[in-house]
Amino acid sequence: MSDAVAIAGVTRTFATGRGPAVTALQDVSLTVAPGEFVSLIGPSGCGKSTLLRLIADLDQPTSGIVSVFGKSARQARLDQDYGIAFQQAGLLPWRTVAANVELPLDLHRVPAAERRARVAELLDFVGLADFAGSYPDQLSGGMQQRVAIARAFAEKPSLLLMDEPFGALDEMTRERMQTELVRLSAETGAAVVFVTHSIPEAVFLSDRVVVMSPRPGRIREIVPIGLGPGRERGEALRENPAFYAAVTAVREALHGDGAVPVGVENR
Amino acid sequence: MRARIASPLAVAWPPVALAVVAVAIWQGVVVLGKVPEFLLPAPGAILGDLLAHPGLIGSATLVTGLNGLVGLVVGAVVAVVLAAVAAAVRFFDRMSAPIVAAVAVVPIVSLAPVCYTMFGAASQQPRQYIAAVAAFAPVFLTTLRGLRQVRPVHRDLMTAYAASGWQATRTVTLPGALPYLFSGLNVASSLAVISALVTEYFGGPRDGLGSLITSAAATSNYATAWAYVFGAIVLGLVFYLVTLALEWFASRRA
Repeated sequence: MSDAVAIAGVTRTFATGRGPAVTALQDVSLTVAPGEFVSLIGPSGCGKSTLLRLIADLDQPTSGIVSVFGKSARQARLDQDYGIAFQQAGLLPWRTVAANVELPLDLHRVPAAERRARVAELLDFVGLADFAGSYPDQLSGGMQQRVAIARAFAEKPSLLLMDEPFGALDEMTRERMQTELVRLSAETGAAVVFVTHSIPEAVFLSDRVVVMSPRPGRIREIVPIGLGPGRERGEALRENPAFYAAVTAVREALHGDGAVPVGVENR
Repeated sequence: MRARIASPLAVAWPPVALAVVAVAIWQGVVVLGKVPEFLLPAPGAILGDLLAHPGLIGSATLVTGLNGLVGLVVGAVVAVVLAAVAAAVRFFDRMSAPIVAAVAVVPIVSLAPVCYTMFGAASQQPRQYIAAVAAFAPVFLTTLRGLRQVRPVHRDLMTAYAASGWQATRTVTLPGALPYLFSGLNVASSLAVISALVTEYFGGPRDGLGSLITSAAATSNYATAWAYVFGAIVLGLVFYLVTLALEWFASRRA
């Protein structure tokens, strides 16, 4: 089976109004295996969100090749091979929670009966069955983000792209959501590419952590996290010495050149 | 986020009390001060006139109201269609922007005498056209802003779902623009009524509120003139409140 994501020699430069072009990513190569959980971490401006947008075909590389399940990123998008969640939940305020989760199914003309069954299943999955008829403005930030995650899972994608989905949440909600996400991705067997700037978050969730550095954005190091399969990860892991060791390894990779990167959370 | 909801009675009584006191003072000043009627008729006299021929005032209100309504609907429909075109076609937007800005600032009623010559003095059409032109600008501007207000995260989402242009318009752009359209309609409703009424001052059939206010004042029936003014106030309020309710309904979830 082909890689979930294969990125080969990708460079992305942005033309600025005047002045020189900004190099957001330079010569980045990375593969993500099916079912693998990979986090992209690095200080602000290291191009981690840009890289995610390239995989999602929301943006195109200046040079290099991005392929998703052996197809071009564009074809993978048109075939709906991935689900996506952003830092903002991005729910439609005039639709109920159920109708928001239903949105991708609705757009892709899934029959109504099937749609209803799937939405009920998804809301159960994220523990929001009682809020199906509520509107997004009646929910807390954490609940809205859970709706967005249910929506990302709606079409049983084998690849999930997440751009700091827990960035705006408080620490306690955040840890609970991480535990849920690890469980959900393990249960569905989906590969995940997860952008974050929290080291413990990256370590807790991932099989591998990709450490990036800014100006120009490039991959500094890929740290394997040997904490076992996702389905066995629970709250106890956060107290485990192996967890601390992995956090230290990622931190050292981030701070490799001695300078303290700006914008990385050490919590 | 939700404000505490006071009982309707608690909200309503202070302004009602103020209005009653103001009318009482008005009556007192006019009666005790022996104010001549042409200067300011007493509220009692105005009320007497209202009660004496409610049918006349009612039918005049209907005539002006219908002109305002036709103008509002025509102006709003044209505005929404053109705003949709401007949102979709950059060139049309650049072409139309200065003209719409001009329409928005020109006092439209100044066209009234010209329109009566164009359409004939026996026609209601000049009144409706002028109300339509007055209603057009605010609806066009707010709708266009609403159509451009799509949040980047929603646009990304539609791209990620490989949604067609029409699907994106139907699911994200139009529902998002609706509250803007209705707030424009709310502003336009007052402009339409005012324009329909003021246009009557310049000629045309003598059947609307504006015509009858001028006739009554010209024939020294001051209380009658004020009774028609009262009709105009009611008409303006009805237009305002109906469109305000629509606006509230549309923006509940946006």
